Amino acid sequence: MSSLLDVMDLRTRFHTPEGTVYAVNGASFHVDEGETLAVVGESGCGKSVSMLSVLQLIAVPPGEIVGGVALYRGQDLLRKSEREMEAIRGPEIAMIFQDPMTSLNPVLTIGRQITESLRTHLGMDRKTADARALALLEMVGISDPSDRLSDYPHQFSGGMRQRVMIAMALSCNPSLLIADEPTTALDVTIQSQIVELVTRIRDQVHMAVIWITHDLGVVAGIADRVIVMYAGFIVEEAGVNDLYENPCHPYTTALLEALPRVDRRRDRRLKSIPGAPPSLLVEPHGCPFVLRCEHAIERCRTENPPLTAARQAGHNTACWVDTKTRGQR
Amino acid sequence: MNSEVLRIATINADELETPPLSLGQLAWRRFRRHKLAVIGAGVLLLLFLYAFAGALFFSESYANHNDTSLRLDAPTYSHPFGTDTIGRDILARTVYGGQISLLIGLFAVLIETSCGILVGAIAGYYGGLVDNILMRITEAMLNIPEIFLLIVMAKFLSGKIPDMTIMGRTFSGSVVLIVIIIGGTSWMYLARIVRAEFLSLKENDFVLAARATGTSNLRIIFLHILPNSIAPIVVTATLGVANAILSEAYISFLGLGVQPPTATWGNMLDGANNYLDSAPWLWFFPGLLILLTVLSINFLGDGIRDALDPRSRTV
Repeated sequence: MSSLLDVMDLRTRFHTPEGTVYAVNGASFHVDEGETLAVVGESGCGKSVSMLSVLQLIAVPPGEIVGGVALYRGQDLLRKSEREMEAIRGPEIAMIFQDPMTSLNPVLTIGRQITESLRTHLGMDRKTADARALALLEMVGISDPSDRLSDYPHQFSGGMRQRVMIAMALSCNPSLLIADEPTTALDVTIQSQIVELVTRIRDQVHMAVIWITHDLGVVAGIADRVIVMYAGFIVEEAGVNDLYENPCHPYTTALLEALPRVDRRRDRRLKSIPGAPPSLLVEPHGCPFVLRCEHAIERCRTENPPLTAARQAGHNTACWVDTKTRGQR
Repeated sequence: MNSEVLRIATINADELETPPLSLGQLAWRRFRRHKLAVIGAGVLLLLFLYAFAGALFFSESYANHNDTSLRLDAPTYSHPFGTDTIGRDILARTVYGGQISLLIGLFAVLIETSCGILVGAIAGYYGGLVDNILMRITEAMLNIPEIFLLIVMAKFLSGKIPDMTIMGRTFSGSVVLIVIIIGGTSWMYLARIVRAEFLSLKENDFVLAARATGTSNLRIIFLHILPNSIAPIVVTATLGVANAILSEAYISFLGLGVQPPTATWGNMLDGANNYLDSAPWLWFFPGLLILLTVLSINFLGDGIRDALDPRSRTV
């Protein structure tokens, strides 16, 4: 299958008064046409920053993309000018954000916000754009869409606003939708509605999705493949079932064990990972997980393990130790 | 019983659901409670009426007609506000002078807000070097005393702009000049306000969301961020009208502003200081009109500030 987006060795840093933040340290991943890739990891592990870097949406300065390529249909997005990126964002790659309460402009009507990209990117006139906006609102499940086009964001609830955001993102038929924790700010019932909505639309229009989240439950429901990030590194990459059944990286294993599960005894305490993630202000050296890892060997302190093939095809992990056999790779 | 239930159900659907108030409606409610502002708006309206409807009763040539036999006449039936040092009717001159003074106020503010928004928005949005350069220029302008700047520019540029005829009326070139000078020397405060607004507004998620849908920087600046900072701009612009009218009065009083025979409230005061006791009607009427205008604009500005401030939630 052809790769839609192929990111190789992406490195992003932020130059702050406290020092350089090593936010993304050589991330490589790919998304195929129509595929759903989930990116999981804890807060500050570089999930959002890698995706924002691909779209050149990080603020420069303080941010800086120091290296890597991001091939979208064969074109390197990281070498494109701001003007060229404007033509990519929206019609090719669209993005939705975590907090629907702040992602919509409070002083513009919903209709204005949806039709803007239709008119700038697709050159539609007002009438055609309004009709398309109406269809989009209907598609994302907003009732009485014709009455609501002239409403302002404060007249919508959180879940409805996220639907509007999705309508905006989908307006120009992107081939790839990057969803940056779109359900985190919503309550559970609304979460499942939004997940359902995105999967339905994805299947309808054959769109690829990158779903950033730290909710492993959501991942199981929608993703084809998963990448696990830790301290700016991709530590594991696998098909979704494979990841849950055979986690290879000690971090992934620990992460899955820290999940509450309905099929386990309730009186047992959840297992937590000892220690804290490494400071991103220190230039990474060796494996980022070494200080919290129960399998750590001497080599882990000095050499950063590359992402290499584990047992199954398409399953890669960045660890010097084979956690099943306790042998070195 | 059944009909009772039905009635409650209908109330729920149609009557209890009051439509949410728009920002404008909320602002209007707050504005109405501000008594002084409402009075200010009313007085201002009357002043505009005075200046523009008054022109129906006197011709401009009558306002500029001098009759030295009538010089310094005290108010009489035929000249209710008296006559000036060369025998022109002061009532007619306050009408035409009012038009010029008010127009100078409005147009100078138009220039002020355009420059202020442009400089402030670009500096605040782009930041970095652009911000540094624009803000240093702004500060340099602020460091020169405004009156000094006004006088020097007025002196230096006087006579550079020819008289022009717009809609059948001849305007002294000095009117246009004064508008440009006042507008060009007053935009700095607004630029700083707009810059501060942009610095905080550009960090909002909706700006990132707009960029993520491929919106160009110019569209983000003027169509996404600017509408969010409209409240402080409107307030500053309103108060700016009062300041512009005062500035015009200063320099016209010094004889450097709008040149007679075109009347303004400011240049009517020119020379009146020699007759403070002997002919008080020379300065009383134009002075009163300036006072009323500036005062009502300031009250109006206060009211708009309170009405548009989202923190004052007293509806």
